[in-house]
Amino acid sequence: MDILQILLNGIVLGSLYACIAIGFSLVWGVLNIINMLHGSFIILGGYLTFFAWQYSGMNPVVILPIIAIILFGLGYGLQYFFINKVVMAPVLTTLTLTFGLDMILYNLMTVLFTATPRRVTLDLGTLSVGDLYLPIDRLLGMGLALLLTAILFLVMRASKIGRAIVAVRMDRQAATLMGIRVNHVYAITFGIGALMAGAAGAIFSMVFPITTNLTGTFLGKAFVICVIGGLGSVPGALIGGIALGMIESIAGYTIGPQNATTVGFVLMLILLVVRPTGIAGVKGYE
Amino acid sequence: MKQLLCFGAFALWVAMIAATPLLADNYTIRIAISVSMFSVMAVSWNFIGGFTGYPSFSTAAFFGIGCYAGAIAQRNGVPLVLAWMFATILVAVFAALLGAIILRLKGHYFAIGSIAIVELTRLITSSWGSLTGGGDGLNVPLLQGNPQEVAGLVLYVMLGILVLAFVTSVYVDRSRLGFGLKCISQNEDAANMVGVNTTAFKIVAYTLSAVFCGAVGAVYASWVGYIDPTDSFSILLTLKVPVMVLLGGAGTLLGPILGTGVFILLEEIFWANFLEWNRAILGGIIVFLIFFLPNGLLKIQYLQLYAAVSRKLSIGSSKSGAGS
Repeated sequence: MDILQILLNGIVLGSLYACIAIGFSLVWGVLNIINMLHGSFIILGGYLTFFAWQYSGMNPVVILPIIAIILFGLGYGLQYFFINKVVMAPVLTTLTLTFGLDMILYNLMTVLFTATPRRVTLDLGTLSVGDLYLPIDRLLGMGLALLLTAILFLVMRASKIGRAIVAVRMDRQAATLMGIRVNHVYAITFGIGALMAGAAGAIFSMVFPITTNLTGTFLGKAFVICVIGGLGSVPGALIGGIALGMIESIAGYTIGPQNATTVGFVLMLILLVVRPTGIAGVKGYE
Repeated sequence: MKQLLCFGAFALWVAMIAATPLLADNYTIRIAISVSMFSVMAVSWNFIGGFTGYPSFSTAAFFGIGCYAGAIAQRNGVPLVLAWMFATILVAVFAALLGAIILRLKGHYFAIGSIAIVELTRLITSSWGSLTGGGDGLNVPLLQGNPQEVAGLVLYVMLGILVLAFVTSVYVDRSRLGFGLKCISQNEDAANMVGVNTTAFKIVAYTLSAVFCGAVGAVYASWVGYIDPTDSFSILLTLKVPVMVLLGGAGTLLGPILGTGVFILLEEIFWANFLEWNRAILGGIIVFLIFFLPNGLLKIQYLQLYAAVSRKLSIGSSKSGAGS
């Protein structure tokens, strides 16, 4: 296979990965919580998109914003009513709590939807330029993922709520004194995390078949990308995502696809020990 | 006095489990084995998670390596007991080397790193087909004897490991090591300043949290006769063990054992009655635990609770009395 084709696959995969990890990174960076629910949010978004597409026949690109808003509501509620109560507790508590919530959500999904792999089939054909081949649905997925990333970047930079989130991340107490309702901001942050996960799931369902068994895989990818890119920043997650996409693509070609994920985890452990702030990240939280 | 009570309760509990092969049916023996096995892992986790306060989620990696090391050794002709010992030593060495690397991390990074270890060991086991049989799993030579005898043997070996782990934890709790670990849990920098060799202490605690898991892993593999990567290196297992300890009371001697007993009991009830929903119910238990029992069953002030409840009840009854 041509080296250009490998790199192209890497970039396409990487932008999807970035979309997966951004919400996770935001929640970790701002709330200081390792969100074990993230993988299930992604699958939930994907399944909801699939069923909406199947029953209404609408274009999944139109369905995506609706799904994203539903996931935002779910995330907001979970944070506001449950996780906010223990948000200052040590990592063992918060991680265990989100894992408990994840078990409930996972069980609901397997009972309601069953674990059959499902995929939105768009049949858009394949684009070929010279020797390079690229299915158009993947291109669309990449475009959507990058668009969402850009929107989130703008929201964090330019909007009032984005500034409030950054303020809370920098100094929780000072933000409270400035009149920011921290609990509300936390819930919105978690909601945005869920929204991005749901949107990523919707995009994934157009590109790959999804099933509930993939929750752990997606969560693992989010871990690796966050460590590569650093925490709580949109560009960091983008860099981390594309880096992981490239690494997996190259590793899949050179040492076999079954080892690609292993390479990601090994890299992550090395980075954790030698440079825990990530390649692009600022100093994170402990 | 309190210590004596603690040992008494433990001895009684062990005696009860040990009596099951004489009194109860195979189903109960199976539960007894699983209680002893998880108790060992919970007591082990308590070294690093309870005493030292490091949120380690790598229990399943140690358990899984124990399973595979024992199984592979036996398949290559190593006698049973030697294979179990080999697995235990291998896991201890692995944990010591690994601990030297990942114990530099703290808090969230340590948690993520330790979960990644489980994923990584699972992935390597799956793809190293020539040694581990890959995703097809591995058949382990069966133990000699009829099912009743095998179950009894496994139970007593597990119980033996449990007693060993518990005695170690009592010893650690009273020794200089345990004192140092508790210092690290409260403030690692301060502990370092006053002369606790934090690195060495943490590595010892991490190794202790691994070694017994490796042993029960090897015994488990011989008991079930078949192991595969997803079962041996399960993320669910790695999170269940800390939950058991939290349920009983982290950092206490008896907490892990109490927590495991209660958890397995609840799990059995839900497995039996709500097969489809058992995972959600376990999740619900975790959520309940975090909100209402953050310090575990052992640290509840039962007398105060009783007083509060009886006060509430008497107010309630006097109110209803006034109403009528």
